[in-house]
Amino acid sequence: MRVTLISIPVLDQSKALKFYTDILGFIKKKDTPLDGGNRWITLVSKDAQDGPELLLEPAPLHFEPSKVFQDALMEAGIPWTQFDVDSVDEEYERLLNLGVSFSVKPTEMGTVKFAVFNDTCGNNIQIVETL
Amino acid sequence: MTFYEKELQRIKAVVYSNQSQIDTVIGIRNYLDTNFENNINLEILSRQRFVSKFHLIRLFKKYYGLTPRQYLIDKRIEQSKEHLKKGLSVTQTCYAVGFTSLGSFSTLFKEKTGKAPAHFQKEQLSRSNLATDF
Repeated sequence: MRVTLISIPVLDQSKALKFYTDILGFIKKKDTPLDGGNRWITLVSKDAQDGPELLLEPAPLHFEPSKVFQDALMEAGIPWTQFDVDSVDEEYERLLNLGVSFSVKPTEMGTVKFAVFNDTCGNNIQIVETL
Repeated sequence: MTFYEKELQRIKAVVYSNQSQIDTVIGIRNYLDTNFENNINLEILSRQRFVSKFHLIRLFKKYYGLTPRQYLIDKRIEQSKEHLKKGLSVTQTCYAVGFTSLGSFSTLFKEKTGKAPAHFQKEQLSRSNLATDF
């Protein structure tokens, strides 16, 4: 078995695709039309294009419990997932300049530094740097 | 303050209260990151931060979840992938990232990536040729 896919529930796939590529800098790998206007959209990191793919799935629109869970995490400020970055401070500045809103500013905790932002599609996302 | 932030503060107070230990392991990790291609052993690491060898292993594992040796191997294997992609031979790569035995490099590389170094390189190079062919 291999880990190749990580999924993120999004409220609007087109909007999410734009945010995750234009703002965050991921690269679109697959975009397949599915039933009812849904798409199978996956992204990869620019410097790990053979690495795991990030699936932007429209689950909260079609499966109520998914929406409930996503909303509860958002409300509690809990990140859906996290991405590694070389420098949290630099990425924070870069994203802030692009209008991204942060619920947790760069914070050190032991051997990591992290920050949390809103992906505009229903999720908190954490960026992490290992110190 | 959100539930998440409160939880982080609570965990921080419990797990990350000893700043001098944290400074020690961060220093060790930085040393490994900048010196991985050299001959590194526990003796050198413990002298770097004035801690006993066994305490050092315990601390590193406590904060990073793996021993300094495991961390060093991962670092070297990651770096070796870059060298192989650039076309360095397997032997050159082995020594460039700090391994001293070709046999253990090949075994560890295969263990970590699932492929022998030569096989990995062949795949990478044929992929870049494909890209220019199309």
